[in-house]
Amino acid sequence: MSVSDRSNPGANGLLRLYVAGDGPGARRALESRLRIVEELAGGIEIQVVDVLAHPEEAERAGILATPTLSDESTTPPRRLIGDISNITQVLDYFGYRKKDSGYDHS
Amino acid sequence: MTTAEEILIDPVLERVRTGIEAFDDLVMGGLPRGRTTIVGGTPGSGKTVFATQFLAHGITVLDEPGVFVTFEESPVEIEVNMASFGWDIRRWREMNKLVFVDASPRDHDQMIIGNFDLSGLLTRVLHAARQAAAKRIVLDSVTQLFDHFVAEQTSVRRELLRTATALKRDGLTVLMTAERNSEYGEISRHRIEEFVADNVVILRNALDRERRRRTIEVLKMRGSRHVEGEVPITLVVKQGIVAVPLSSLRLEQQSSTKRVTSGNPELDRMCGGGFFRDSVTLVSGATGTGKTLLVTNFLAGGAAAGERALLVGYEESRGQLFRNARGWGVDFEAMEADGRLKVVCIYPEAQNLPDHLLMIRELVEEFNPDRIAIDSLSALERIAPETGFREFLISLTSFIKKHEIAGLCTATNKSLVGGQSASEQHISTLTDSIILLRYIQEGDFMHRGIMVLKMRGSEHDKQIRRFTIDGAGMHLGQPFDGAPDVFGDSAASSA
Repeated sequence: MSVSDRSNPGANGLLRLYVAGDGPGARRALESRLRIVEELAGGIEIQVVDVLAHPEEAERAGILATPTLSDESTTPPRRLIGDISNITQVLDYFGYRKKDSGYDHS
Repeated sequence: MTTAEEILIDPVLERVRTGIEAFDDLVMGGLPRGRTTIVGGTPGSGKTVFATQFLAHGITVLDEPGVFVTFEESPVEIEVNMASFGWDIRRWREMNKLVFVDASPRDHDQMIIGNFDLSGLLTRVLHAARQAAAKRIVLDSVTQLFDHFVAEQTSVRRELLRTATALKRDGLTVLMTAERNSEYGEISRHRIEEFVADNVVILRNALDRERRRRTIEVLKMRGSRHVEGEVPITLVVKQGIVAVPLSSLRLEQQSSTKRVTSGNPELDRMCGGGFFRDSVTLVSGATGTGKTLLVTNFLAGGAAAGERALLVGYEESRGQLFRNARGWGVDFEAMEADGRLKVVCIYPEAQNLPDHLLMIRELVEEFNPDRIAIDSLSALERIAPETGFREFLISLTSFIKKHEIAGLCTATNKSLVGGQSASEQHISTLTDSIILLRYIQEGDFMHRGIMVLKMRGSEHDKQIRRFTIDGAGMHLGQPFDGAPDVFGDSAASSA
């Protein structure tokens, strides 16, 4: 797996995490979100959108599945659907580098 | 502890009219309220039209707003594509009678890992339904949803079922379209109908002898009855889908004993006092035997009796028909000017059979005639596959009878002497009366002969009578002495 560099990651990348309510799937996604934010130590912001509370946001972004982690700053948007607990894989997909660029974490 | 939560099933399911009249008849009044119906069809079979019409009827006629969930075309594309059917989707959206959920493909990169659900979709649909206070929901087409999550078929099945169940719980009537690969293969790709549908409807657009033949068929109606078999449909500008019913399903037309004139007193006598008012008579004969003359007499006789007469001509132009009539002393111009006659001529090839039938129905409803003549059925026959023609004839004759109109249709024999035309075979059991016009050889002379072969519910002259044609029309003469063969090939039978 190659780590592709974000061409211009910016100081504060912004992702959105769409979840539905607070079922087990949503809870797991929210825990993963905290770990990702921690991992990048302020290099990323992840907004949480509960589609049950804000269906119009889901409509605007065209969200069908939850959980969906979405980077809407790129064209076209990049989306990761389902399980986001593998942080290396998530950051890799969105093109972020971990703060210490160490691959080892658990 | 769940019995109280189970959805109550009313023994008599309330019906939601689709607005496709003859289709609603097939399903005993409409789609059951609060149920899910799958409408399957190959590309171009009219699924989106059907779905939009279902919403349109709710919005414009029954004040039942709707939600259109589109997985394929964008809302704007649907607005444009459906405009020709007379549906002002933009206005409905402005009035909040129709709300779109735009799930059409958007450009994005996507990766799926592990489990997910489609709560995003469900929430959006429920939100849209609340916004519009919707009663009807369309999902067009769910096959696209499967294609969107192509590696996750099991999850999509589970989620689609969850979505359908949630919509049902809210009392919404759901119509899902699904794609099919072939006209007579499996019901839908991904076998969607197996897990999600209470009812299954199939739209077909089959190629039959180089002609397209559109039909609709109800395959399954959970918990209620429906009429089986394919029914022809056609797509009509400003209307949408129009199903052309086989009205023989409902033999409700009564038989009257009121007689009307055939336009020829001598023929009236042969028929035992004229044609019946709500009956269809077939005039069959080779070319030049006098079929169009009988038609002309029929129209003129009606007009003279103060009736209104309609002629649908498929063989000759208006000019020719008017000239012919003048040659027999009948003035079509004056009859039209008096509003007693309407003559419509059209090439059979101008449209397909269901459209011809619709045109005749519209003409009848508009002009409200007491009698109608169609000259000839054989001309129509050449544009139609056999099954289609039979359905057309059944629909036409039952329509004519239902409106208590006296009908006269002609059929042309291919051979000059004797013989049967195919339309004669098809229609002979459907018409009430049959009149044969034949060339009959007697020694060195070729005569014209006329006979009343069948006259339902009445005595009639069984003889074969000679007749002649001159500038004043048709004159019946004496019966033939011998026993001419009017059915077979006379040359062959004499050999």
